[in-house]
Amino acid sequence: MKIDHSLPLEYSTEENRLKILGFWIFLGAEIMLFATLFASYFTLVDRTGSGPSGADIFEITPVLIETIVLLTSSFTIGLGVHAMRIGNKKAMLSFFAITLLLGAGFLGVEIYEFVHYAHIGAGIQTSAFTAILLTTLGTHGAHVTLGLLWGTAIILQVKKRGLTPETANKSFIFSLYWHFLDVVWIFIFSFVYLKGMM
Amino acid sequence: MEFFERFAIPHPSPAIYASMVAIALTMVAIVAGLTYFKKWGYLWREWLTTVDHKRIGIMYLISALLMLFRGGADAIMLRAQLAVPENKLLDAQHYNEIFTTHGIVMILFMAMPFIIALMNFVVPLQIGARDVAFPRLNALSFWLFFMGAMLLNISFVVGGSPDAGWTSYFPLAGTEFSESVGSNYYMIAIQIAGIGTLMTGVNFLTTILRMRAPGMTLMKMPMFTWSVLVTNVIIVFAFPVLTVLLAMGTFDRLFATHFFTTTNGGMDMLWANLFWVWGHPEVYILILPAFGVYSEVISTFARRNLYGYKSMVASMVLISLLSFLVWTHHFFTMGQGALTNSIFSITTMAIAVPTGVKIFNWLLTLWKGKIEITTPMLYSLLFIPLFTIGGVTGVMLGMSAADYQYHNTMFLVAHFHMVIIPGVVFAMLAGLTYWWPKMFGFMLNERIGKWTAWIIGISTLVAFMPMFFSGLDGQARRMYTYSESTGYGPLNMISFIGAVGLAVGFVLIAYNVYYSVRYSPRNISADPWDARSLEWATHSPVPEYNFAIVPQVDSSEAFWDAKKKGHELFKGEYEKIHMPNNSGVPFLMSCIFFVWGFSLVFSMWIPAIAATIGILACMAHRSFEKDHGRYISVEEVEETESKLRGAS
Repeated sequence: MKIDHSLPLEYSTEENRLKILGFWIFLGAEIMLFATLFASYFTLVDRTGSGPSGADIFEITPVLIETIVLLTSSFTIGLGVHAMRIGNKKAMLSFFAITLLLGAGFLGVEIYEFVHYAHIGAGIQTSAFTAILLTTLGTHGAHVTLGLLWGTAIILQVKKRGLTPETANKSFIFSLYWHFLDVVWIFIFSFVYLKGMM
Repeated sequence: MEFFERFAIPHPSPAIYASMVAIALTMVAIVAGLTYFKKWGYLWREWLTTVDHKRIGIMYLISALLMLFRGGADAIMLRAQLAVPENKLLDAQHYNEIFTTHGIVMILFMAMPFIIALMNFVVPLQIGARDVAFPRLNALSFWLFFMGAMLLNISFVVGGSPDAGWTSYFPLAGTEFSESVGSNYYMIAIQIAGIGTLMTGVNFLTTILRMRAPGMTLMKMPMFTWSVLVTNVIIVFAFPVLTVLLAMGTFDRLFATHFFTTTNGGMDMLWANLFWVWGHPEVYILILPAFGVYSEVISTFARRNLYGYKSMVASMVLISLLSFLVWTHHFFTMGQGALTNSIFSITTMAIAVPTGVKIFNWLLTLWKGKIEITTPMLYSLLFIPLFTIGGVTGVMLGMSAADYQYHNTMFLVAHFHMVIIPGVVFAMLAGLTYWWPKMFGFMLNERIGKWTAWIIGISTLVAFMPMFFSGLDGQARRMYTYSESTGYGPLNMISFIGAVGLAVGFVLIAYNVYYSVRYSPRNISADPWDARSLEWATHSPVPEYNFAIVPQVDSSEAFWDAKKKGHELFKGEYEKIHMPNNSGVPFLMSCIFFVWGFSLVFSMWIPAIAATIGILACMAHRSFEKDHGRYISVEEVEETESKLRGAS
């Protein structure tokens, strides 16, 4: 394995560079996935049937908590990657752990929100609007859930194997994924919640 | 017993019972054969666990050919039913199931894997790479496709086939009108195969963008590789739409949501729109690699470099963009209004321009060329006029006002078969014959091959030309019978004769493989066609590491330059070669995906959850696994090279 020391650890081998490019392409596909969900959401948003509309069910408090928590987690994982670049394994692991805890906090609030919707008669079977709302949010939530599992696996590996080109590469790609989920959430926050509450 | 009732066929018939017996006997025969000849270990070591792009390509090829015969059997049944008026061969329900599976199998489980087979085998060789960027992911792509295809194929003996058309429009495909589990199979089998295809897209984009031989800039890539690059861009942007669409369809069917229903705000047209937002780019995913094959074959056998290289590339890029802007033309009659229809008419007809550029480029490549008629060339020459018939009728269909006459008639059926068969199927057969010696080290028999090409070419015309006329007379597609007074009888009988001719052609291909395995000489050179691109610069069959020394390239026809202009391809000495290790995990994970899909089809939640955990466990295993591949030593390379040089 040829290691190029002029580049950051995560870019240092050809295999690593291939993986990063491949993941960017995968994120392109993910953009299409969420774009399709958003397009469907805008198509179905007013088709509430006999069920409630967005303005009837959205509450600002949990949504704000989710937003702040998730945006903070994007910041902390940025710090984590920075720590990784200067070779501070301990700080990196701490920031990654904080990121995942914030992710878990986000997920907890989202689960509360889903239970609440089901409680007030906005379940997934209620109308086309609730179906696409919960599917869009749920797809994002499922990504966060998978991220928690994935991130845990990476923390365990860095802890055991140290910062090698391989583990650094995995951590960096995970950070790309996590930032992407944050970007998607900004769209959800703006165009689903804020627009729905106006 | 009650538990097992769900697996019963809702509309049984002797034919289905006969196929159950046939499937059971085949399975027993395969297991017995593998055990008797002690081939289980070979199968596992050399094929089920392989990550070699060439072997994966060959497995795609075998699957595609198997599915071709499955879809072909469907086609013969359909044409036999319509051959005479008021036929009682099939009832309406079986006819619905057969035209549905014919469409799904031919598009998604025959044409797609056939293309990916050639992509897998040829692209790394053409760009001078040792493998694809992510070999393990490539194996997973194949096995997911294979398990998706198998899941759909068991539907007709376990629980019932999908019967709402390959487009599966709602509300027809909803639980209200499609009560059997058939449409569940549609949603989930295609989902599994689609995930595999999406990963192929990511893999090949990375491979082509980053792993080209030194000196091969983008504009020096062979045209087939260019077509695959553009195709994979379309795959990456179109397949996620299908993923979401099928997920929503699954939710409607399994969890009683209201995405596409007619109550509680559901919108059935959303399905049609999203389906074709994926579906129309899918058409170009099929045709662009076919254009790539024709470019290679025509320039090889006209003994000229490809005319208009840059315009070929530009037209493919333009087609890929336009492919996302025409989806509404599949349902002009479904009430969008005149303005929308007009816009989509114009974008549709615009696609004829870059396609026309390509046709003229091929003609001008032939112009003043020293044309040699081989089997691949014969398919390519048959393609140009036949495909043009399909293409210009497509422009007719693209005119929204006129489309009200053609919509959902046999005219449409004739159009898309005249595009897909001469366009895609001929290209795949040409590509198969062309690259066969590189794959297996011997050639297919040319005499049988040319007979086959002529029989398939003429039969295509006999089978599909009459449908243009019966369609204009008003014969609707997907109708299982018609009365004698309509006068459609003779035209449909001619079509049936054409379909039998096509069947004869495909059986001849199988015979040709058998004949050539037995009698074809094995002492052929590595470059039997006197071809132009890098895949012919290495041995036939290709060693595991493809090229002992990575080739140096300075034009789009490096190998031709090496032969004619003294360009030196291989500079330097042997070095040890890094190769990926085999792995059984992709196969195992795809088997779990099969169980997951089957459980969801029948709403069996506990096995579905268990399978989900199994899938996650496989992913975790991959994450924690330490696998740095292995090295092939210089001595081993030398040994292989000297052995192969002796053979070729």
